[in-house]
Amino acid sequence: MGNPIGIIVTRLLGAIPLLLAVTALTFVLIALAPGDVAQAILGPDATPAAYDELREQLGLNLPLHEQYWGWLTGVLHGDVGTSLYNGESVSHAITQRLPVTLSLMVGALIVSLVVGVALGMASAVRRGVFGRAIDMFALIGFAVPSFWLGAQLIVLFAVQLGWLPATGYVPLGLDSGEWAKSLVLPVAALAFGGIAALAKQSRDAFLDALAQPFVSVALANGVSIGSILFRHVLKVASLRITTILGLQALTLLGGTVVVENVFSLPGLGTLASNATSRGDVPMIQGIVLYYAFMVVAVNLLVDIVYAWLNPRVRAA
Amino acid sequence: MIAALRRPAGALCLTYILVLTVIAVLAPILLPDVAMQQAGDLRITNAPPSSSHPLGTDTLGRDVLDKLLVGTRVTLVGLVIAVSCALAIGVPLGLLAGYTRGGVDRVVGWIADLAFAMPTIIIVFVVLTIFPHNMVAAMITLGLLLSPTLIRVVRSATLVVREELYIDAAKAAGLSAPYILSRHVLPRILGPIIVQASLVCGVALIVQTALAFLELVVPNPQPSWGGMIADGLRVLQTNAWLVIPPGLTVTVTILVFGLLGDVIRDTSSAAWSPAPQLMPKQRGDLGSSARSTEETEGSALLSVRSLAVTLPREGVPVRVLHDVSFSLDEGEVVALVGESGCGKTMTARSIVGLLPSGGEVTHGAVVYRGRDLAALSRKQRHALRGKAIAWVSQEPMVSLTPVFRVGWQIAEGVRRHQGTSRTEAWRRAVDLLGEVGLSDPEAVARRYPHELSGGMAQRVSIARALAGDPDVLIADEPTTALDVTLQAEILALLRRLQEQRGMALLLVTHDWGVVADIADRVVVMYAGEVVERADVDDIFESPCHPYTRGLIASDPHHDPDAERLPFIRGVVPRPEDWPAGCHFSDRCDFSIAACTDRTVPLLHLTDHREARCIRTDIFEEAPA
Repeated sequence: MGNPIGIIVTRLLGAIPLLLAVTALTFVLIALAPGDVAQAILGPDATPAAYDELREQLGLNLPLHEQYWGWLTGVLHGDVGTSLYNGESVSHAITQRLPVTLSLMVGALIVSLVVGVALGMASAVRRGVFGRAIDMFALIGFAVPSFWLGAQLIVLFAVQLGWLPATGYVPLGLDSGEWAKSLVLPVAALAFGGIAALAKQSRDAFLDALAQPFVSVALANGVSIGSILFRHVLKVASLRITTILGLQALTLLGGTVVVENVFSLPGLGTLASNATSRGDVPMIQGIVLYYAFMVVAVNLLVDIVYAWLNPRVRAA
Repeated sequence: MIAALRRPAGALCLTYILVLTVIAVLAPILLPDVAMQQAGDLRITNAPPSSSHPLGTDTLGRDVLDKLLVGTRVTLVGLVIAVSCALAIGVPLGLLAGYTRGGVDRVVGWIADLAFAMPTIIIVFVVLTIFPHNMVAAMITLGLLLSPTLIRVVRSATLVVREELYIDAAKAAGLSAPYILSRHVLPRILGPIIVQASLVCGVALIVQTALAFLELVVPNPQPSWGGMIADGLRVLQTNAWLVIPPGLTVTVTILVFGLLGDVIRDTSSAAWSPAPQLMPKQRGDLGSSARSTEETEGSALLSVRSLAVTLPREGVPVRVLHDVSFSLDEGEVVALVGESGCGKTMTARSIVGLLPSGGEVTHGAVVYRGRDLAALSRKQRHALRGKAIAWVSQEPMVSLTPVFRVGWQIAEGVRRHQGTSRTEAWRRAVDLLGEVGLSDPEAVARRYPHELSGGMAQRVSIARALAGDPDVLIADEPTTALDVTLQAEILALLRRLQEQRGMALLLVTHDWGVVADIADRVVVMYAGEVVERADVDDIFESPCHPYTRGLIASDPHHDPDAERLPFIRGVVPRPEDWPAGCHFSDRCDFSIAACTDRTVPLLHLTDHREARCIRTDIFEEAPA
């Protein structure tokens, strides 16, 4: 791993097996399923002739690997397929909804990062009761389901106080103020668990960094406590926090699915759960591909930030 | 596991899980109508809790408690499927990878990485798209996707166990791998497996309730915890109560699994060792220390007066320093000598006020230019660090912050102590690097600590300590970590800097060669006490304390031709085991009954000479 570009190239090459494995797995699962897409489209009353014709048309008579190859070449040409439910282009449906999911995830990630790391750092410096409180908080953050927390937030802030909309989404382009308002509660519901997890894990990262000899040597030579905490220790701890943040981003990405449903946000998550309940196979295949890409992107970002923070990786 | 049960929290968690299991088994049998109940009593929909409906009724008049109890089964069944599946895949693969290592390990690792990177919930969605409402399929898939965490835990635990001797013995005895794994390895790694499994339980429960909430796994009207939250969410505006009972039940259950994991981990893992405290408590009252002054070296630059320090051992304060006194004049080099564990470093750390966590000065004082340092505020005391008294540690490679350029770290000290601009501070930093004998200081300044050799790193550390232009430099075994040729260079450097700058140097060392080379005066420590103080020439010529004699005699520098070095029998006692009276009495060839009678004070012998020994007379006729 020489330079940032080297890291990016290595990572992207490493991501190819993942993307292939995830999409191929989807195909195998579909092949294993009882019934098939043609049957799903036509319903139980279709004539065998119509059924055979549709199978031919959809390429379902081809061997599995040829079907997969066909889908793959389609993807490489920008054609991810069409929805069985309403004939909409899968890639169009996804790209239209992607901004919602990304706003939600990035918002929750930033809130988790800022609040979680601040709490973790405070807990590492203060220790004692506050330190144990973080352990309890982490457990609660893990235990409270985001969809239930979301419901409680709606009751308090939308129904009782009337400060924020209960559900729905306003696109950023339409009204940025309303866009932000429509995201406050979903982001809070999603970020709660992330804050708790990051608080605990960054606390541990800070404690490890604080225990290293460079801290006492810096202290003994009069480096200011502010600089020791906010420059030296923070930067050393940030290496581990970056890795934690990457894992947390993937957890949050999974969490968007449920939270979008609670707040009726038109994102990828609601698209996915609707496609699932409708048996919309091409749509779910496309969504899998996009999620796999997002996983790859998150891991890539983590690697780049890590290399940027760590002189050993950068220079080696 | 057994230990966890003895803890109230552990017992409570297991009881809860047991009760939940009983409910899951019995509730659908005892309440057979609830599972398929489309509607209840439509006259009492959305009723608040009452005696006939303890948790109220839902939008269709069904009893909330009944639904909650009956819904337990489907939730727990999902959980058990996912966890069994994760265990069935994770444990054997983890054992195999950890035990065989090599190729198998790499393949398993690669598969685990791949599964780890999959978007879990979406893969479960794919399965549910193809097998609609099939919770078993969904939970099996979830178990597969969660198994990598178990693989990793089992693998690393196996790696540790397989190194142990009895495994080698079992292999030598010709036992088969499956036998060894199941009979010898598996029982040893049960702890981490249970901890991880309880975590997987928590995650599986979250996913199961989320899927039920999305109405993807449990078809209506069958009750489930997640489905009940979804029902409640639809009428949130009018009836905020309905989401509370199922939500709390889910939360508490996940909490129990998380807590159980924590309790098992705490009871099975080794004692947790706390990191040192960043900002140690400073003693506020000083009256006691001022009057305990036994020395009258008012003119000294730095004096340590009758210092006593305690450190906590298993919660109890143990005295690690007792009656430590010595002083340092301007421009003087004093060596603090003794074996490891005698309290040299602890003494040095007391001077800069950086004792390990829980350490406390219980008596005595450190006086710098007539000021009792303990009387200063934390801020005032910190301002003296680096500027009045600077520090060089024994581990140069880890004493610099790894993520900043070394020039920046020195410049930070310059800015802090001299208030110069950034460019000026950087220039000063480069100058300092030149002053400590580094060729091409500009290039070194731009390096990171990992790009330096040990010798260079120690020079950089010294340059950093000089950034505040200190009056006193404390060097804590500055050459121990370096090889012999570098040791001499660093020592020569310290000597040169000390002379050029007229700085006082307190050198902590166990090396008499270093002492002879550089020190003006010597302070010998043994078991937390100063046992002898003398000028350097005197101490080599006629050591007064039996410990000093033994120490010098056993030093390889002393007589390089000697085939066998004399040595002092026994080892330095731990602070808990200090003998009464003279701390050295149990290792001393000259000890008599009087030695252990009472605490031996530091006795004045001649000018600049003191020894903590009541038998110094025996050496007067026989120089070493």
